[in-house]
Amino acid sequence: MSARNRELMALVPVALLLTAGFTAVFAQENARLDNLSLVYGAYFFAICLATHAYLRVRLSKADPYLFPLAALLMAFGLVMIYRIDSGLARDQANWFVLGLVLFALTIHFLRDYDVLERYRYTIAVVGLLLLLAPRLPGIGQQVNGAYLGVKIGPLAFQPAEFSKICLVVFLASYLREHREVLIVGARRVLGVTLPPLKHFGPMLVVWGASMFMLVFIRDLGSSLMFFAAFLALLYVATGRFSFVAIGMVMFLLGAWFFASTVPHVHDRVEIWLDPYAHPRTSGYQILQSIFAQADGGLFGKGFAQGLITVPGTDNALLPAAQTDTIYSLIVNELGLFGACAVVLTYLLIAARGFKIALLAADGFSKLLATGLTAVFAIQAFVIVGGVTRAIPLTGVTLPFISYGGSSIVANFVLLALLLLISDRARREASPAALSAGMSLGAP
Amino acid sequence: MNRQIVKLFALVVVLFGVLVGFTSYWAVFDAKALKEEDANKRPLLEQQQIRRGRILAADGTVLARSVPKGSGASLRYVRRYPEGALYGHPIGYSFVEEGDSEFEQFHNDELVGEESEFGSILDELSGRRQEGNDVVTNLDSAAQATAQADLEAAGFGAVVAIDPRSGRIRVLASNPPYDPNRVPYELTELNKNELEAPLVNRATQGQRPPGSTFKVVTAAAGLDSGTITPETTIDAPGTLEVEGTPLQNDFNESFGPIALDTALTNSVNTWFAQLGEQVGEDTLFEYMDKFGFNSKPAIDLPSEQVLSSGIFEEGDLLGPSDPIDIARVAIGQERLLATPLQMAEVVAAIANGGRLMKPQIWSRVVDPDGRVTKRLDPSQYSQPISAETAEELTAAMEGVVSEGTGTNAAIEGVTVAGKTGTAETPYNDSCGGGVEENQAWFMGFAPAEDPQIAIAATVECTTQFGNDVAAPIFRDVAETILDGG
Repeated sequence: MSARNRELMALVPVALLLTAGFTAVFAQENARLDNLSLVYGAYFFAICLATHAYLRVRLSKADPYLFPLAALLMAFGLVMIYRIDSGLARDQANWFVLGLVLFALTIHFLRDYDVLERYRYTIAVVGLLLLLAPRLPGIGQQVNGAYLGVKIGPLAFQPAEFSKICLVVFLASYLREHREVLIVGARRVLGVTLPPLKHFGPMLVVWGASMFMLVFIRDLGSSLMFFAAFLALLYVATGRFSFVAIGMVMFLLGAWFFASTVPHVHDRVEIWLDPYAHPRTSGYQILQSIFAQADGGLFGKGFAQGLITVPGTDNALLPAAQTDTIYSLIVNELGLFGACAVVLTYLLIAARGFKIALLAADGFSKLLATGLTAVFAIQAFVIVGGVTRAIPLTGVTLPFISYGGSSIVANFVLLALLLLISDRARREASPAALSAGMSLGAP
Repeated sequence: MNRQIVKLFALVVVLFGVLVGFTSYWAVFDAKALKEEDANKRPLLEQQQIRRGRILAADGTVLARSVPKGSGASLRYVRRYPEGALYGHPIGYSFVEEGDSEFEQFHNDELVGEESEFGSILDELSGRRQEGNDVVTNLDSAAQATAQADLEAAGFGAVVAIDPRSGRIRVLASNPPYDPNRVPYELTELNKNELEAPLVNRATQGQRPPGSTFKVVTAAAGLDSGTITPETTIDAPGTLEVEGTPLQNDFNESFGPIALDTALTNSVNTWFAQLGEQVGEDTLFEYMDKFGFNSKPAIDLPSEQVLSSGIFEEGDLLGPSDPIDIARVAIGQERLLATPLQMAEVVAAIANGGRLMKPQIWSRVVDPDGRVTKRLDPSQYSQPISAETAEELTAAMEGVVSEGTGTNAAIEGVTVAGKTGTAETPYNDSCGGGVEENQAWFMGFAPAEDPQIAIAATVECTTQFGNDVAAPIFRDVAETILDGG
């Protein structure tokens, strides 16, 4: 079966799943079956089909599973958000369509994505400016003590979502060019392999950017995500674990320093360590997130049957249920099994992404695919880890599931880039290499 | 680079494995503990969406019911207590913010219709909404009202009435009361009121010196262990030197050699002090244990709202090997403390031929369709004394009411057996620190030849004696129950 036919076959169950999800929510909320769920299912399927048709024409060889997997996460998100607030779900559906438009535009204009390499410093500067934007007077917005948003006129967005792509593009390009000298020029000092300072300078900029985010943007989550993606790329490019170790030590030192000096970051860590210290104020969100999960058990309470607000009031029982803690709501309503399905979906996307990196012939493609996949997977880890108290809770979105335009649009752009790399790689790759690569991440 | 990419993927697999691990921990392995966290209001909120069952008195009087508020997704049920303060104890309360207490807390599972995991999955599949069951109690609404009214006239205190044949609790009253309907508005104030302590159920939590009522336990141990017979005489002087301090009878009265009936009828301290010494620590403790002392009564109330009775040193129970003044324990003094429920169990055991039944407030559980799904099956808690000992004690206790210290407990046309008690509690801060403060008791049962009700009544911070304030309460409550039954 051709790649696109497989994609088509995979989209059918996704659309059916969305339909079933809406049916369950309607049945729960109105105690009746509503053929509106069929209508929504049909819309969703039509949108997916249109995207599929576009891919069939433009990227016929691209990975067949990435788009259906993303659509599956979108379906999950749409149903959960609809169950929270039907108005939000309508917005989200619009973001979905807009995301796909940008997805198509990315594929259209970046067919030859090598052009990105040429503008890598421009892209890096744009990425840093995007990060800086929330602190700019007039357009910056503060959310829960962190500077995450930008508002220009009616348009509000979270620049960190786009910035992550810019930084990955820059790092992939820079490391492609300098990986040799970074490896060859490395010297051993006191038994530790150190990278050559001259070529490592720009890398320090990334470290600086991460620290900057901690201090000025106070965005621990994005900072963690950026730096982890950076270390992942550095490791893949050089194969030197010692570089990663040095990077980690630098990050931890910086994070430790700022955690003790920047109150917002310090608080996040304190809450993580002991949420019961202030169960009604600072610890409320993480505790309620965990209580919601405890309530879910193995099978969950069922769609639309969990509690989000205190009944009869607007007091949040699960704060930020449509964004930060949406994973907890999924555990609450779909249980451990539903949550495992979500985590597995992210893992499959990661597997497909890394497979694209394995198949890609040139260094830039390899590093770009690795970086994009890594930053995507790490983002999922940071927020799920946050709401499950594996790491401090920060305000990062759950890709393709959380409510929010920036996140959806940015992640569809990311997906478009992965598919572009995939299409080229699979065209160039020999059938033998293709089947060898299948061993990793074939569902 | 491919080798590194594969390793990186392996790391991602591990990281996602950690996520699944944490999720499993919260959702499954630690779920039970999390649901019991104080900060977790979810279980209560969810229960609030279930129509909690009613609590009824034996005659069908509604003691607690749930009324709907709001509709659709915001539909929830709020608890109402139609009888107000009358059943604040022992029914307790159940509210989302304030939590729950007493009977409401103990019988929560039945009231919310909590079923087995399998049953709830079946319900989910069939679309049945979880509904609560009604719980019918053994409480006698007329007698509870009598007890509460008498207590409010007499002072702070408590009354416990048990059907000795089954252990069914017919009355459990505590004064001062509180209105459970007010709990959502004034729980903080109720908690702060340490002097009146209206939230304390004095019937089950009020540890007080039992005074002379405890002589019945001493007598039971003496007779049943064979230390004495009803005919055995002990010389009872006006004053007895015990552990270096004199132990006196009322008015220092000297009785000479007398047997049990005279000693009990006149509540002779020096007689029972000597009996206690003859019986000894080990045997007395053995009988106390069998009557239920030194452990929490097996009543259907949350264990933190039931206290045990015994000899206490700074809140800890003492055992037979601890240094205690056995002679003073024998007459209900020393550091001996007992709850009204415990003393009611003592008389109930004697009334039931020596067999102590498990005291229970609930009688049956009725599902929303009106079917009785569970029914109280009365069970024996222990047999502290033989039927013969019980008969001998009954005879002596009849004398107390007919010609002794408890004449105010007498009921026209009914033989009453009982015992008074008046423990001196001078300088008691909770009574205002006066010199003349007493803990007045009466415990007894009726009719003596065919006991239907066993009652313990106590009034604290009173200047009067057991016969003056506690015995009339016994009489009123017993009469109400015997008339109704």
